[in-house]
Amino acid sequence: MTNTSQPDAQHKAPSRLAQFWGSDIMWKFRHSPVAIVAFIFTALLVLSAVFAPLVAPHNPFDPASLNLLNGFTPPMEPNAFTGDAFLLGTDDQGRDVFSTILYGMRVSLFVGFAAVSLGLILGVSLGLVAGYFGGIVDAIIMRVADVQLTFPSILVAMLIFGIAKGVTPPEYRDEMAIWVLIIAIGLSDWVQFARVVRGATLVEVRKEYVQAARLIGRSSRSIIFGHILRNVLSPVLVIATISLALAIIAEATLSFLGVGAPPTQPSLGTLIRIGQQYLFSGEWWILLFPAATLLLLALSVNLLGDWLRDALNPKLK
Amino acid sequence: MTLLDIKNLSVDFPSRDKIFKAVSNASLTVQAGEIHGLVGESGAGKSTIGAAIMGLIERPGYISGGEITFKEELTSGLDADAMRELRGKKISMIFQDPLTSLNPLLTVGDQLIETIQTHLGFNKKQALARAHELLVRVGIHDADARLDQYPHQFSGGMRQRVVIALALCSEPDVIVADEPTTALDVAVQAQILELIRDLTIERQVGVILITHDMGVIADTTDRVTVMYMGEVVETGTTEEIMGRPQHEYTKSLISAVPRPQIKLRRFSQVSYGGRDTRFAIEELVRNWPQSNNDPNKPLLSVSNITKKFPLARSIIPSRSTWLTAVDDVSFDIMPGEVFGVVGESGSGKSTVARMISGLYQLNGGQVTFDGNIVSDPSDKEAQARFRREIQMIFQDPYSSLNPRMRVADIIAEPIRHHKTMSGSDVKYRVHELLEQVGLGAAVEKKYPHEFSGGQRQRISIARALATQPRFLICDEPTSALDVSIQAQILNILKDLQEHLGLTMLFISHDLPVVRQMCDRVAVMQKGKVLELQDTESLFANPKTNYTRELLDLMPHLKGLSEEGLEVL
Repeated sequence: MTNTSQPDAQHKAPSRLAQFWGSDIMWKFRHSPVAIVAFIFTALLVLSAVFAPLVAPHNPFDPASLNLLNGFTPPMEPNAFTGDAFLLGTDDQGRDVFSTILYGMRVSLFVGFAAVSLGLILGVSLGLVAGYFGGIVDAIIMRVADVQLTFPSILVAMLIFGIAKGVTPPEYRDEMAIWVLIIAIGLSDWVQFARVVRGATLVEVRKEYVQAARLIGRSSRSIIFGHILRNVLSPVLVIATISLALAIIAEATLSFLGVGAPPTQPSLGTLIRIGQQYLFSGEWWILLFPAATLLLLALSVNLLGDWLRDALNPKLK
Repeated sequence: MTLLDIKNLSVDFPSRDKIFKAVSNASLTVQAGEIHGLVGESGAGKSTIGAAIMGLIERPGYISGGEITFKEELTSGLDADAMRELRGKKISMIFQDPLTSLNPLLTVGDQLIETIQTHLGFNKKQALARAHELLVRVGIHDADARLDQYPHQFSGGMRQRVVIALALCSEPDVIVADEPTTALDVAVQAQILELIRDLTIERQVGVILITHDMGVIADTTDRVTVMYMGEVVETGTTEEIMGRPQHEYTKSLISAVPRPQIKLRRFSQVSYGGRDTRFAIEELVRNWPQSNNDPNKPLLSVSNITKKFPLARSIIPSRSTWLTAVDDVSFDIMPGEVFGVVGESGSGKSTVARMISGLYQLNGGQVTFDGNIVSDPSDKEAQARFRREIQMIFQDPYSSLNPRMRVADIIAEPIRHHKTMSGSDVKYRVHELLEQVGLGAAVEKKYPHEFSGGQRQRISIARALATQPRFLICDEPTSALDVSIQAQILNILKDLQEHLGLTMLFISHDLPVVRQMCDRVAVMQKGKVLELQDTESLFANPKTNYTRELLDLMPHLKGLSEEGLEVL
């Protein structure tokens, strides 16, 4: 115990960036090779997807740049007819596989982020409300969550997808597909957010700072969002990271099954679906490269989430 | 005979950027048949010494210097196996929490028998006989039936007796008891300490009793070592240290102990190492609104309040069972008075505080503040006015402040909520309050975890004072604090009452503290007020047997130095 009455009198407080760099979590990050490698791969993949138009050698969605004669070109070999060479080869329509992967990853990541955000907002709000008010509110919300958990999430997503397909006019179907995917995946994954947040909220509600706020006269809403929310966020961050990987895989699965991203806007899953048709006829690259990218993306995001969970868990210190 | 001799022991805990010296150069000896007290405030390193003796220092900590000799045999150089042998056989430990030191899935008998067989090589029958004998010795009389029971079937005190029996299984020479009675009620605490006392003499073991409680030290130990920030500041017989302390720290520690026999005007200068930061009561007085209380009318009246909690709900009303936590309680609190409510845990005293503050709704009766009924939840206007007039200081300074909010926002919250000031004035007011509670305006950007317990309680006080309330509820405000910090906080509360004329409801289980703080005291048991008297007459002539029992259980603190105390 030292005298801390004038802590900042002598030495100036370090800048925010320096503070962040010196914080425990960054120190742990710098000392975890797995986390660093996972972060580098995640960042590389995300950045190349975001800047796909700048990075990709071709625009696979521009019909003018396509030449059907370039179809089925193996990687790093000049095409027999046109003499063009492609880093990862081309698919059946002559599209550059490398470019389609970059553009496909864009769709996958967009759907992943948006779906997780939807699930997060829904799950965190419902979890907070259930944990704070308890009683009948809690019972209803959590029973709905329990019932939803008895269905495989892919099934829930397909159900939502099917209903949406039935109600939207055919000419909008392709445009709607991405948004339906987001809603389908987001709705199937709010439960885990709600469960974790409800548990954390039950602990926080009993703490005296909540009573202190009630005593001041604060409303339930401002206690939930002003006081409790910020105290339950660190497990949410961990789940969000891990669900991102799961959402990307779920999207790929749905697209692979043909109920996801349309061929005009292919995601990694759509590319894998296209590729698997040619696997046994020798054009392995059309399947292998998108699949490897999906694997790498999901693995690095997952490892990052795992590390985050350990780093934020005070019991493992 | 010297059983344990610790010479110049140092224990280091390396962390990212520095080495924390938990213990430096500590020396002490333990003789057979004596209890050696190890006293100090949290962070003084007393438990680390206990862990070092047992060879149980948690990583990354390590012994960086000095030696521990057990019966003339050096233990510091022993390898892990030899250390385990020694630890199990010759040195035992009694932990603070008897619930976690027993295995909940094994019967008490199994745990005793297994330990006896491991250490003494008895067969099952002999071990059972020994287990029985030990349980009887530690005061568990129906030992036959008790051997087949699980730890959760025992009360806290009985469990601690089992832990002591377990510690005796290996017939140790030295027992390290780390806060053995801190988790227990006062009545049970006295019995357990007496048991340890008797066993020490009977079996000629050496006991190291680690505690933060000067009462335990004064009433139980033969010799005592006082620690401060990892260093031994003083060691000697208990009589010497308690009666004629030499070191300034020991003096400040002893003068901060609330006395059961005498009432002090306030606690004397309790600073050591510049820790008592000033509380600027004069400045607070200057801006405080003049109170217009009628001194002859009670400020707060509680009449016949009742609170029931459901134990089991049922659709058929007669089949629901209820716990009546507060049963028909009435009292008046006069303006400027400190009104104490005492009782054991479960007596309903905290429930009363929460009912008055409006955190719990009443099942009957009413609360009147300044002539207005404030216990009717449908009267929103009266409620809102009442919220500004009362504030509460909570027991646990670690949970009463939102860990993710900056200090400035915590203190500003009540001001912003009641909209008593505009934006820039709020900031100014927060600075002012921080200066007044002795923390300084510079800390406004910090988070609660950057403060010690006492500093956090000052933040709580600043928050409570932010709306300039007339009534303050203090729910065990110091029971989580070290004794010297407790004295500082109690002094602040005394200042608030004397200089601002604040009226207080002071809830506590600690009778010596109540004697120092309160004008009148209500004694509660099982949800009812048993008696209500002026503090001095309550301590002199308790009317009920229950109060008399409570008073008898207070630590006697015989022979404690009274140097420098301002007795009233």
